[in-house]
Amino acid sequence: MTRFTHIVLAHGGGGQLTDELVAQCVLPRLGNAVLSDLLDSGIVQTQGADGRPLRLATTIDSYVVQPLVFPGGDIGRLAVSGTVNDLCVCGARPLGLALGMILAEGLERSLLEQVLDSIQQTAAEAGIKIVTGDTKVVGRGQADGMYLTTSGIGMIESDLRLHPDQVRAGDLLIINGPIADHGLAVMLAREMPQVRSVLHSDVAPLNGLIAAAMESSREIVFMRDATRGGLAAVAADLAARSGLHVVLEESSIPLRPETLHAAEMLGLDPLEVANEGKVLMVVRPQAAPAVLEALHRHPLGQQAAIIGCIEQKADGLCEIRTPIGGRRIVAKPYGEQLPRIC
Amino acid sequence: MNVSSIRIDQVLQRLHSAAGAIGRAVSFMEVCGTHTVAAFRSGLHSLMPANVRLLSGPGCPVCVTSQGDIDQLIAAGSLPNVTLCTYGDMLRVTGANGSLEQARSRGADVRVVYSTLDAVRFAADNPQRQVVFAAVGFETTAPASAAAVLEAAHLNVKNFTVLVSHKLIIPAMDALLSSGLVKVDGFLLPGHVSIIIGADAYRPAVKQYGLSCVIAGFEDQHIAAGLARLTEMARDGVRQLENQYYPAVTDAGNRHAQQVISQVFEPGDVTWRGLGTIPGSGLVLRPQYAAFDAAQRFGLPVQEVPEPPGCRCGEVILGHCTPAECKLFGTACTPIRAIGPCMVSSEGTCQAWFKYKRTASANLQAAHVQRPPAQRPATAGQGVDA
Repeated sequence: MTRFTHIVLAHGGGGQLTDELVAQCVLPRLGNAVLSDLLDSGIVQTQGADGRPLRLATTIDSYVVQPLVFPGGDIGRLAVSGTVNDLCVCGARPLGLALGMILAEGLERSLLEQVLDSIQQTAAEAGIKIVTGDTKVVGRGQADGMYLTTSGIGMIESDLRLHPDQVRAGDLLIINGPIADHGLAVMLAREMPQVRSVLHSDVAPLNGLIAAAMESSREIVFMRDATRGGLAAVAADLAARSGLHVVLEESSIPLRPETLHAAEMLGLDPLEVANEGKVLMVVRPQAAPAVLEALHRHPLGQQAAIIGCIEQKADGLCEIRTPIGGRRIVAKPYGEQLPRIC
Repeated sequence: MNVSSIRIDQVLQRLHSAAGAIGRAVSFMEVCGTHTVAAFRSGLHSLMPANVRLLSGPGCPVCVTSQGDIDQLIAAGSLPNVTLCTYGDMLRVTGANGSLEQARSRGADVRVVYSTLDAVRFAADNPQRQVVFAAVGFETTAPASAAAVLEAAHLNVKNFTVLVSHKLIIPAMDALLSSGLVKVDGFLLPGHVSIIIGADAYRPAVKQYGLSCVIAGFEDQHIAAGLARLTEMARDGVRQLENQYYPAVTDAGNRHAQQVISQVFEPGDVTWRGLGTIPGSGLVLRPQYAAFDAAQRFGLPVQEVPEPPGCRCGEVILGHCTPAECKLFGTACTPIRAIGPCMVSSEGTCQAWFKYKRTASANLQAAHVQRPPAQRPATAGQGVDA
């Protein structure tokens, strides 16, 4: 039994506590073969008019970021990108998005319009349309001004199965660029608005980048966007779910010096900080050069790098090799990121 | 030695060479949570010679905070009309009645602040609320707590108070050594604390106990170089204090910070987790600042309670056992459901050990919510991002 009688903020952090909440409260009631697989999208199968099987991916995400506008993006760009990315890491081509808006009394109309413009621009960038929506208004002071929910549907045209159970020893891990920019840009904007920073969120729709990678090779076996909980959560989860040993090379992981400095200042581990435009790909070793080349040609993948591999050791652990040659375990973060005392 | 030019491979070579020449097991103690975490994060432990051990002593502010102090903090945070401002680390420490995080989920107004002055500002902006700041930490955080009290006094902010559980490192080291509780070959001394108190502050203890000590910074190569030097000193029988973190650390330290501390606080007898009450080892408000004492204003006595049954945090802090030797470690006590403070704090030895050094079996116990990899046919469904 959980010791929590009430929800704490860390239940929403995408870490161990989120897992526990889902495992103890949600899955016992709502679990089924699709939901319980806990991937970024649920995949349902149906038949087309010609009798051929059709695989559809569906996903949903809510956005409660503060501040609503931050360096490099805003809640609207986040809402489109997050849902597009959850579809395309499952190999789906996004077909359309639904948008739910919960607005608080007193929200400036100009801010709403700014966010809607951003939604339109990001959707255009991703080549997708908002095809349905809903608007609700709640009392002043509720919903932090604005909460958004987006749901997406996508078509899986490839017969590839992107799943942790496809991962095997020898596979390589690729990430498309520097980590931790989103979380730190937002955190600095929220917690230290007086600090002028050069950090920008990486929030972006990745469907173009992922399509290019998938065209370059049929040997991408699994993908996940490294959002809440950061690269640490995704890598530790990959180890646990594949049952294999994931090894990261710390010195190969792209990280801007200014991001590292901000993380050190706030007492946070960049590995555990959220990204909104980064995907971790697991590829067969022979496919890595072609996938990397395809990523490097795309504007969102110019700093893509091989950052680790899967080793044949069935312990379900993720380990990182440090720049000084040491090794340590990478665990899934607890939840809410807490700055350290000193 | 210019630490920025240290090459890690050369440092490790020196460490191994000195360790090889000693021909016996040596152990050193660091007394700083940042050293604990940095050593684990860098994987330094995995690169150390088998006969050199780095123990984590009473250096993590959260870990050494007594259960009674934590209960007092939670009691303050749970009072109506009180906003409790705290550094992030204290949020999850569990007392007899849950943690601040849980108190917050039940309606307590608990806020994480990055600066003590944010708490003073919040108090000034919200005169109808009582704002209590949890003043925790060693000499590194004490000046900021003192500055907040001075600022509140200067601005006449009457709804701001502090709950003080600041600790001092020298009396703690003295207590460890004089009682014979700790037997180590030397200390790796904390750079940050030393910036405030200065290298000279250690000299009486170094002389009295014939210690080998190195003041070190926090980069991987700083810690490794400190350890290499300590091992060389053990090999050569050198007992002295060396400062490898200059020019940041001077002999005299930061006199202004020291002056601010002593203006507001005076040494007092305080209780340490695992060590008990040590005379003069903490800071208490001077009588002229008693109006800023939250314990007095809200009538919150400290009630020392026994430590949780089975918890060996006290022994871990003393280096008497490793976290893995505690029966609760990795089973009943994990970061998600911590029993002892060394597991709660991200700087705590148990959490660092659990996160960075645990074995596969501990991981499987921890990953109770992870299901085994799905074994489904290729067309079966996938799930949602929960």
